[in-house]
Amino acid sequence: MTRKTVLNQTHRALGAKMVDFGGWDMPLHYGSQIDEHHAVRRDAGMFDVSHMTVVDLRGANTRPFLRRLLANSVDKLKVPGKALYSCMLNEHGGVIDDLIVYYLAEDFFRVVVNAATRDKDLAWLERQAKAFDVVVSERADLAMIAVQGPNARAKVQSLLGPALRERAAKIGKFVAAEGDGLFIARTGYTGEDGYEIIVPETQAVELWNRLLAAGVKPAGLGARDTLRLEAGMNLYGQDMDENVTPWEAGLAWTVALDDGRDFIGRAALERQRADGVRREMVGLVMDEKGVLRHGQRVITPVGDGEVLSGTFSPTLGKAIAFARVPTGAGARVAVDIRGREVPVRVVKYPFVRDGKACAGV
Amino acid sequence: MNEIPGDLKFMKSHEWARIEDNGTVTVGISDHAQSLLGDLVYVELPSVGDEVQAGNACAVVESVKAASDVYAPVSGKVVAVNSALADKPETINEDAYGEGWIFVVKPSNLAEEQEELLDPDAYAELIESEEH
Repeated sequence: MTRKTVLNQTHRALGAKMVDFGGWDMPLHYGSQIDEHHAVRRDAGMFDVSHMTVVDLRGANTRPFLRRLLANSVDKLKVPGKALYSCMLNEHGGVIDDLIVYYLAEDFFRVVVNAATRDKDLAWLERQAKAFDVVVSERADLAMIAVQGPNARAKVQSLLGPALRERAAKIGKFVAAEGDGLFIARTGYTGEDGYEIIVPETQAVELWNRLLAAGVKPAGLGARDTLRLEAGMNLYGQDMDENVTPWEAGLAWTVALDDGRDFIGRAALERQRADGVRREMVGLVMDEKGVLRHGQRVITPVGDGEVLSGTFSPTLGKAIAFARVPTGAGARVAVDIRGREVPVRVVKYPFVRDGKACAGV
Repeated sequence: MNEIPGDLKFMKSHEWARIEDNGTVTVGISDHAQSLLGDLVYVELPSVGDEVQAGNACAVVESVKAASDVYAPVSGKVVAVNSALADKPETINEDAYGEGWIFVVKPSNLAEEQEELLDPDAYAELIESEEH
């Protein structure tokens, strides 16, 4: 059965083209995904991300539990409100999911995981939490709206009460503030500044409509995908999954091999690193016309790889992609597009930052 | 839903064909097809002089979302291609039945092959039934 967010009717009334995404009926675009992409890069756009799974973790041992659960170290979270991006690994070092964890109090952390992985994530959390006596509760009563773009924060702040406005204006990147029933985090999945706002379902439609009236443009999953890929952000299921370790998915920066912390998957990761990591994720740019797409074969001097996420970058006006290739593939490779070997360049990503192409892209 | 011009014939795969006064056949994709694909970013055109077979893929339109083959509605030789689409593929989104034409064929078996194509009413019914 297809699930609907509380904003479903609102999207339809705005003329959205709806698609199934991980079992949810979600807006793909509201007319033009390229216009929506540019709106986020240049002004402010908003996404309904209520399909994502918000899970609250409570109990005196929540921090020790997260030390064991996550490949990144929750000990980096010292001030309440601070957030951390991490992978949750299985014993083989494969990625069960990527998530954001918020430190709210010593006995209260909140994680946001992907929609398509909800069932297995909840089962895994429940299973691992038992030994720590941590209570895992999904917050299906909460909706989430991401407001992103250079003008996103100002537009959101203009709608808040004075006390919350002041706090929201002050928070740094990857920090959350709470008030008036809202949970406002300076996070996102577009490479732009902005907020992700967790709001009770009962208030979500009103908040959406007030944002719309403030000039925030609705944007669908189509634009969300091109924005995050330009920003060099991984998509679970496409760029990594349980058969891929963080070393092979460009996520080494999220792994904390801090002294004596025995997180799930650590032994496997250390073994793989000692043996030599044979595959790596790279960024690709194609200067010829055409579009790079998931599943295309990447031809390199040291063997074949595969395009993971691929798309047309509206900001650059050319195709970009993540690919997994044998380690040491070098800077110049080719992609098989309908039988034609098209040369592409291996580049450092992100591809786009602050609305402009990054150096070397 | 945009009006479908009455002088067009359609394939079930959403290509349109217009039989011109000089006997050539202009080919494009329907307004319905462009709206399903979304913003187009690339069109791979056939070459002038190519021989195409009715029902075979001979061009590709790519949106941000997907790549889609364009099938030839009739057999014959390609006598013109819309090279303006190379720089402005979005023309197909804006004017699928006009400036967004893709190529022109000099047909070799028109009388027989045009019988296989749908008239505008039948095509309208087809997309209606696909939507429900």
